[in-house]
Amino acid sequence: MDRRSFLTRSAALGCSLAASPLLTPVSFASAPGDNRLIVIVLRGGMDGLGVLAPYGDPAYSALRGAPDLGAEGFVDLDGFFAMHGALRPLAPLWQNGQLGFVHAVSTPYRDKRSHFDGQDLLEAGGADLKSGVARDGWLNRAMGHMPGQSADLAYAIGSDAMAILDGDMPVTRWSPDVDLALSPQAIRLAQLVMEKDPAMSAALADAFQLAGSDGDGVAVQGTVDDMMAMLQDNMTARRSSRYEVRLAKFAAQRLRKDVRIASFSLNGWDTHAQQTRLLDRSLATLSDVILTLKEELKGPAWQRTAIVAMTEFGRTARFNGTKGTDHGTGGAMILAGGAIRGGQVWADWPGLSEDALFQRRDLMPTRDLRAYSGWLLRGLFGLSSAAVQQDIFPQLELGADPQLLL
Amino acid sequence: MSFDPHLAEFRFGHGLSPDIAPPQSVGEMLRGLTDTDDMAERFEIEPFPVFRQRMVQRESLQKQFKKVRGTDEGKALQKQIKLLKKDARQDHYLWMTAQILRATHSQTPFRERLQGFWADHFTTAGKAGIARRGVSPYVETTIRPHMSGKFEDMLIAAVTHPLMVHYLDQERSAGPNSIRAQKKPGKYGLNENLAREILELHTLGVGGPYTQNDVRELAELLTGLTFKINQGRHFQKALAEPGAETVLGKSYGGGQPHIRDIEAVLRDLARHPATARHLATKLAVHFVSDQPDPDLIGAVETAWRDSDGDLSEVYRALLSHPAAWDPSVSNFKQPFDFICSAARALAVHPRAIGNLSEKHARQRLFEPLALMGHIWQKPSGPDGLAEEDNAWITPQGMAVRLQWAVIVPRLLVGQLPDPRDFVDTALGPRADETIRFAAAAAESRAEGVGLVLISPAFQRR
Repeated sequence: MDRRSFLTRSAALGCSLAASPLLTPVSFASAPGDNRLIVIVLRGGMDGLGVLAPYGDPAYSALRGAPDLGAEGFVDLDGFFAMHGALRPLAPLWQNGQLGFVHAVSTPYRDKRSHFDGQDLLEAGGADLKSGVARDGWLNRAMGHMPGQSADLAYAIGSDAMAILDGDMPVTRWSPDVDLALSPQAIRLAQLVMEKDPAMSAALADAFQLAGSDGDGVAVQGTVDDMMAMLQDNMTARRSSRYEVRLAKFAAQRLRKDVRIASFSLNGWDTHAQQTRLLDRSLATLSDVILTLKEELKGPAWQRTAIVAMTEFGRTARFNGTKGTDHGTGGAMILAGGAIRGGQVWADWPGLSEDALFQRRDLMPTRDLRAYSGWLLRGLFGLSSAAVQQDIFPQLELGADPQLLL
Repeated sequence: MSFDPHLAEFRFGHGLSPDIAPPQSVGEMLRGLTDTDDMAERFEIEPFPVFRQRMVQRESLQKQFKKVRGTDEGKALQKQIKLLKKDARQDHYLWMTAQILRATHSQTPFRERLQGFWADHFTTAGKAGIARRGVSPYVETTIRPHMSGKFEDMLIAAVTHPLMVHYLDQERSAGPNSIRAQKKPGKYGLNENLAREILELHTLGVGGPYTQNDVRELAELLTGLTFKINQGRHFQKALAEPGAETVLGKSYGGGQPHIRDIEAVLRDLARHPATARHLATKLAVHFVSDQPDPDLIGAVETAWRDSDGDLSEVYRALLSHPAAWDPSVSNFKQPFDFICSAARALAVHPRAIGNLSEKHARQRLFEPLALMGHIWQKPSGPDGLAEEDNAWITPQGMAVRLQWAVIVPRLLVGQLPDPRDFVDTALGPRADETIRFAAAAAESRAEGVGLVLISPAFQRR
């Protein structure tokens, strides 16, 4: 299906965008500018101190042991911070200024350290939970302030709910593990059956188009048994590591075209026990995802892309009794992309001595992580400080410009 | 526009069944609600007090474990904890299939639909550990017995329930002048979350006549409401704000803090005209159309006000109104209802899914449901599932429904019906020439059955 037929159908459906004077194919493609933002939600609470080790802090080795800076160990970045060895494939990006970190940050969430509340607040972008959490996500609110609108501006990818993109602005949701595999005859008949119902018919047409564009075709020759076997593989594919790479590939395919915002999540950061093994695996996935995005965005689009990975909270400064860490407070963000002024760590470092820790247990957050997201939105999409501080991130003080972007 | 047996099944039930005749009157539909709950007896779901024992056990094992961490005894305890969690997880899937079987075999599927409506209205979830598996027991104990009684009883049962108190952060909320907050200032304080959701979601509605001040006063009145794992609902005086609170102009409490004051305000809120309006609208939207006839809303609202929220009277008004039987259909089945009605049309046998392994329950039901947009018992917020049809008629939703409809029915029944017959079984008088043609032209039974299930005539109600 081409864009023109999509537009025609949107109009027929009474889509509110159809009333917009901007709705011509030309302005459609150019309206939101050329910059791209990918927000990756790291669910489970990433251990910032384990990912980006402040080994230059005199108190670090007492908490975590002296880091191994050998060929298999941490990668020294600047003589103070070293990144986890599983991120080594990203070292060239650091050298090219396309990878950076933010450290000692958190959302305004404190004390209770629940994943559920923490993720709610992270995605809603609010200041606290005392009065309940907003019904929409900050990334969706940000879309409302972007110059020019498009029905194909933002994608929530994968099977997680992605509350970060909930809200009034239209968002396409698609998970590349949704595969349609039908005989050509069934495809024709399904279209026929839907014909008299415009809304269902339009959704199905988009489904065929999306399913056909994410790797494997929709029409398959083969018995129902073959299809079933294939789909059962797909239903469980989510648990394989390649699933995340498929998310990234799909995101990149969309972002190469008109899409400017994409968000998905990566799970597996709740490292209560045997942290080394878990973190190795989750970081390797994250590294694969970033490299896949780079490769698939192919040059010019990558140069205009900022990736930010954020988590609901950091973890305890000390290891617990099961070689892991428990829910904490301050943590790290990861930035990547051609648009990033990388090769640096942004941090107002609080120190790791007992007194410097938050409640003597967690890394002390020294800045609201929303300020970094806010500066990204300002730089990438030209949003005003007022929009960022009042609507997108209520009660946020943006503070000084950290100059995250080139 | 008047009562129609087939429309009754589509719109107020879970669609047609080859084994069960549609109801013959509104009276029969209403009587069914107060008859013996044979479905609950046949497909059991653990009541919450029983479920709570699992949490008690978990806590006690954890306590023992802390003392002997690192020893062999510790390892054994860890194993027991793991088993306990696994059992709860497996039962959580079995309770989902029990819901589907109730919808499949019920003579009064309106009851199952009402449960879906009210369980969603009072959306809650456990945030961690075994509590995450507690939603079905909560619904079984808190929602199901109250669906045909007074709304205020359901309201009180739901919003003072430990799971809701936990979900909406009420458990540690303390009045600023409470004993606890005075003793440990900074550590204890007021949390408005539950109070706000009671006003905004559960009773008056977001456009209702309340102010931030009402939210705060209600939050202060709610302080003290908490729970104990080994006991259930609990009122802790040390957390309670002393003195009276004024909610919507009426004063509550003032004597010794007591849960009676909380119940009193909830009863008043349940009978409030704005609540009648809010719920009448929501019921009409849920069951009839996203743009319901204002006269239908008015009739339901009046019944609510006249009966102080007697839900049997409310349903009678809904079902007795001509607009409820407008044959032009628009509503679109939510994902779980789509699966339930497919199971009903296929007359899925209890043996086929009543004992499904966790793996198969995930593959065939839970994961497709999640991809359709409904993550079972893991709500994205206390406002529950979207009522707007457009939220569900999405490319991804449509793709997953189509694929599910082709693949999964074959795994739920011994042999798939002939698609040409299934057109009539599933669609009755709604079958048209197009769908008959498609069912006959499909290359396999699986695809033919799938096409019937995906058709607008099946998915719209």
